Amino acid sequence: MLTLDRVTKTFRAGAFGGGSVTAVDRVSFEAAPGELVSLIGESGSGKSTIGRMVLGLTGVSAGSLTLDGEQVRPGKDFYRRVQGVFQDPFSCYNPVFKADRVFALVRRAYHPGVSDKEWADRVEKAVRDVRLDPGQVLGRYPHQLSGGQLQRLLIARALLLDLRFLVADEITSMLDASTRIDVLNLLAGLKERGLGVLYITHDLSLGTYLAEKTVVLRKGRVVERGDTQKVFGNPLHPYTRTLLAAVPRLNQPWTSAEPVEACAYHEGGARDTDLHETEPGHFVACAGLPDCGRTSA
Amino acid sequence: MSTLPDPAPETAAAPAAPSAPAAKPGSEWLHYAVRNPKLIIGAVLVVILLAVGVVGPMLLDNDNPNEYVGPQAAAPDGTYWMGTTTFGQDVYAQFVHGLRATFLVGVVGGAIAAVIAMVVGFLAGYRGGLVDEILNMLTNIVLVLPALAVLLIINAYMGVRSVAVQGLFIGLTSWPWAARAIRAQTFSLRTREFVDLARLSGSGTWRIVFREIAPNMSSYLFMMFILLFGGSILIASSLDFIGLGPTEGVSLGLMLQSAQQWSALQLGMWWWFIPPGAGITAIVGALYVANVGLDEVFNPKLRES
Repeated sequence: MLTLDRVTKTFRAGAFGGGSVTAVDRVSFEAAPGELVSLIGESGSGKSTIGRMVLGLTGVSAGSLTLDGEQVRPGKDFYRRVQGVFQDPFSCYNPVFKADRVFALVRRAYHPGVSDKEWADRVEKAVRDVRLDPGQVLGRYPHQLSGGQLQRLLIARALLLDLRFLVADEITSMLDASTRIDVLNLLAGLKERGLGVLYITHDLSLGTYLAEKTVVLRKGRVVERGDTQKVFGNPLHPYTRTLLAAVPRLNQPWTSAEPVEACAYHEGGARDTDLHETEPGHFVACAGLPDCGRTSA
Repeated sequence: MSTLPDPAPETAAAPAAPSAPAAKPGSEWLHYAVRNPKLIIGAVLVVILLAVGVVGPMLLDNDNPNEYVGPQAAAPDGTYWMGTTTFGQDVYAQFVHGLRATFLVGVVGGAIAAVIAMVVGFLAGYRGGLVDEILNMLTNIVLVLPALAVLLIINAYMGVRSVAVQGLFIGLTSWPWAARAIRAQTFSLRTREFVDLARLSGSGTWRIVFREIAPNMSSYLFMMFILLFGGSILIASSLDFIGLGPTEGVSLGLMLQSAQQWSALQLGMWWWFIPPGAGITAIVGALYVANVGLDEVFNPKLRES
């Protein structure tokens, strides 16, 4: 169980580090084992920063971030259970080494006792699990492989560990439509094995496809979160509505989205980043629009 | 996706570099190294010059290359292969001894500077923050020191006259530009995602620096060593020029200097200044050619096959 409680990240910025930028502002949510939580937001909304904090690659400025009740402590033991797959597969591989070195690194750190033969079998199985042909991808350099192949190799790498939680940061953004569905089905398989997945995306339709829960971020804050069906079936925050209206639909030509005039929710004490539970499992923040009762008062 | 070299990698018959051994990267680099003509030519030339510098003086009857042994200002002949100086010194004897001293000062100075530059550059670039601030300040201070003047004072004060100590002081003052270059490269490489991935694989700081970041700039590091090596030779020559070089032996810089001082060029005594000049050029040039070859060995994208 991954638990974020009012997690905040502030970066130093400006000349001489005088200023500061709050990239993530008091974000709280949970991800249970076997659950896929999608984190949706525009560029710069703090999605990736949250992913990096979960992985311990970036420190937490305030709030608490725990996995199964323990503080995130980057190190060998932690990464045995928690892994990440990143957005740009081309930059995830050291260009001077062969692509399958990512497996060798895992072996060196976590499975030093495994024999060559057995390790080769395990790698081959993991590669087959992500629907790649080992003969085509092993022993080659990153620049000789396609983005989809590299991305799937990274997932295969994560499969070699005794994973409890996976952070998937925009992993389908570099893939074509048919490979994308393959990767999403892989994630579904992982979920069934009891893994928790944090799926970071800006693509709403992919978010809905698998996610039990959805967290909508804007400018570092959660504007709406809850069960995916509730958030997308009954969006209450104007930003969520705008997002949903912006999704292109296959059978409809473009029409301009109707501007959202008012905050759909402004009662019940939603102030600042406090979220109000409008129905069980559906939380929403006040938009702070001029006619919002509480914040303008 | 447009950067893909192979338009249909899924269906392409796997030409997975069958000639290259699939084992460790070390043996693979060796595989390409022995097949790279530039590297071979450069390395062979350096080894020949080094051998001449090491073995040459041993084969001479006379231990002191500055002794007046032959006729004055004689052109090369069977006895004196490279002729003699205005004073009757054997230019060949000076050349082989000078080659040895030049290699020594280049290796000592270049190696010390390269080690300091790498430690400072990698540490500052990878750690960032306060460590970077402090190391950067140190680098900038050493960078703006007038190195030649400092060397002059140190040499004069300590009365240093050995080639090795000269190399040591040169090494201690010539590293800053290299440290800055490494720091900048490390800054750009450490934000790449493969560094994150290595951390997710449980690699520690130094392992990431030496196994992930450094291999990406290995040919650059080697080029830096060559430049520091050549720079040490030139600084040593300058020191020799102002009378603070080794008083006992001889170096290629010292030879060039005395040739210039005694108007060898004007007197047409080409055999006096061409060997030391060609020696310095050959050493540094051969290292450069080897470096271009090394770039192809270390960088899989540059390999022709």
